[in-house]
This record gives sequence, C-alpha cells and structure tokens, in this order.
Amino acid sequence: MAEALNFEKAFDVEGGNFQNAGNVSGQIKGILKELGVSTDIVRRVAIICYESEINIVSYAKRGTITLSVTDEAVKIESKDEGPGIADIEMAMQEGYSTASAAVREMGFGAGMGLANMKKYSDHLIITSELGVGTCVKMTVMNFQKMLHPDLPPFTL
Amino acid sequence: MQLDVLVRELGLKVHCAGRNLGREVTGGYVGDLLSDVMANSKEGDIWITRQVHQNIVAVASLKDLAGIVLIHSCEPAPDTAAKAEAEGIPILVTDLPAFEIVGRIYALIHP
Amino acid sequence: MTLNDVKEILEADVLVGRDQLGKPVKTAFAADLMSDVLAFAKPDSMLLTGLTNPQVVRTADILDITAIIMVRGKKPTEETIKLAEELKIPILSTKYILFETSGRLHARGITGCIVKVGGET
Repeated sequence: MAEALNFEKAFDVEGGNFQNAGNVSGQIKGILKELGVSTDIVRRVAIICYESEINIVSYAKRGTITLSVTDEAVKIESKDEGPGIADIEMAMQEGYSTASAAVREMGFGAGMGLANMKKYSDHLIITSELGVGTCVKMTVMNFQKMLHPDLPPFTL
Repeated sequence: MQLDVLVRELGLKVHCAGRNLGREVTGGYVGDLLSDVMANSKEGDIWITRQVHQNIVAVASLKDLAGIVLIHSCEPAPDTAAKAEAEGIPILVTDLPAFEIVGRIYALIHP
Repeated sequence: MTLNDVKEILEADVLVGRDQLGKPVKTAFAADLMSDVLAFAKPDSMLLTGLTNPQVVRTADILDITAIIMVRGKKPTEETIKLAEELKIPILSTKYILFETSGRLHARGITGCIVKVGGET
C-alpha cells in the first residue's frame, strides 16, 4: 500500500513585484500535477493561489504562501506583512476593492480576490490585524478519497 | 480548430511562440480583469484582451489557455513577449476591437 | 434588428427600459475597463460589459450609448438601476459570457462600433 501523502512547501512573495506575480502559483500548480492531484482540485487551487499571490503583491510588504498536501486535502496558507484589512466583511464582498487606479488599469483590483478565494475553497479562515498583516487559510478537500477510502489518493 | 487556422483566416500577426500554433482552440474568453479570467476561462480557450503586461502570461499558463489575442494593435510589453516565448504561450495581434475579432473567431469555432 | 431581438438572442432579462425594446440596434462595443469605454465607444452603440456600477450608466449617458448589456449573469446594483431609469438607458442582463454574447450578436449582423483604432467608422 502506498505511503500516506504528506507534502509541505513554503514560498516567499515579494510585495509590489508585479513582474513575478503568478510565479509561485505556477510552481504550486506544477507540484500538484506531479503529485497526481486531480485536475479539478488543481484548477481550484490555481485560482485561490493566484488571488492570494496577487493580494500580497498588491497590498503587502512581503508574504509567504505555504502549500500542504495530504490524501484528504490541499491547504494553502497565505500570510503577509502588510496594512491588514480594516473591514473583513466588506473586503469579502464582490466588487469591493481598495486598489489604486494604476493597479486597476492592469486589470487587478476588480474586487473579486477574496470572493474567489472563498468560492473555490471548501473552507476559508481569514484573520487580520491593522498595521501588521493578514492571514488566509484555505482548504480544498479531496471528497472523492474521503467517500471511498479504498481508492488510491486523488483519482478522478 | 487549430490556432494556425485562426491566424490564417483572420490575418492575425504572430508575435510570440509561433512554434505552438498547432494548439487546439476549444472556446474563447474575452476580458481584461484578471480575476475574472482566472475564475471563468476554460482550458483551451483563446483569450482576447488588451492587457499587455506580463501577468497575462501567468494567467494564460495557469489556466492552460490556447493563446492570447491582443486587440487594437496592442503589442505585448518586452518582458511579456520574453515570458510568453519562454512558456510557449502564443501571443497574436489584431487591429480590430474586441467585439469584431470575437465575432469572427466565434464564427470560425462555431461554423 | 431591435433591442427586443437582442433580448431574445441572449435570453436576457430586461432590468431597465421595457418600454424601449423597439429601439433599433446596429453596433456594439465590448469592454470591462471604464477607461476603454470612455476612449472608444461610439454614440448609438450597445455596450457589452461586466461592469455593473453606476459609473457605467453615467458613461453610457455621456456617450449616448443606446443600451447596456451586462454579461456573465451580472446584475447591477440598486443604485445603478435607479440611475439608468432616471437617464432612460435600457439595461439587459444575460447569463452568457462576453465571448458568447459578442459571438451571437455578431453572427446576427451586429458590427463593431469602430472598425480599427485610429480609423474612421
């Protein structure tokens, strides 16, 4: 029987660096594919990862995105050193954005980031402290595996 | 329908990654808001946009899009072109606005 | 073609302007960035967009846009609807994405409202 899957890796994200924005998400996607994670889960994690990365780049000084993969779930933790979020409920609303005009012209700041992160994960916890930073923990469950424990991990 | 057919039929200018024009186009997505494209585009879509900064390559790569069509004769920024070339994401250019080029692409994909 | 035909083709909901469905329509402009709408959209054209805020109605008014078609199933805010009613600008909402919406209308003879950037219509 195969060993239980247990993978973890952390990636640094530099605030303000739009040049590299998306690199970490690309790396994470590659890793998930190599681990044999199902296409559906890879797609959802790509979205929540990308939005997390763009948020760090758009608003924070720096941040870390940590990937954890087990048979049961893929977890993404996005933690940054930045301004923090004044009103989390408002920030979660679609269309609400505090992005600058320059950032919006690039096609960011549509106010969909947190909303998409919530939509595409099965579980999301967000904590924030003004002047310190924000932490978002997201889980994408492998329901297939949990319903049929005899199946090898991450089959479609 | 393969990308090179679209290029030929619509007179698109090939800017980057011409080696991957054999890629199959299964649909299309038009939009300039990256969160929207990330959430709603599908693998194999041809993406029509006017965004030229290099984050479009990250999005196209993450979503396995067939390629990018830039409208209004927009040219990709130098670092965008380099990244697209490196990642093999074709970037094509048209002088038409979005509605027109989409209409023509749509007609070719849905004859 | 009339706005009513557009409604049928896109299976759209009419949110503002039930009384204006007889309006003739010939051209369309698709955009998600307000700055593009301001720069390129022409009078009497339909605007196909994912934007749902009141500014899009103000812009439509300034540019004499004939109707706003909101795509991707997006619904405008109350504020947006009120403003559109006041300024008498029809708003339709379709579940189709911008690609599909543009494709369908183009297939039925609607043309882009500018041919090329920098050129004349």
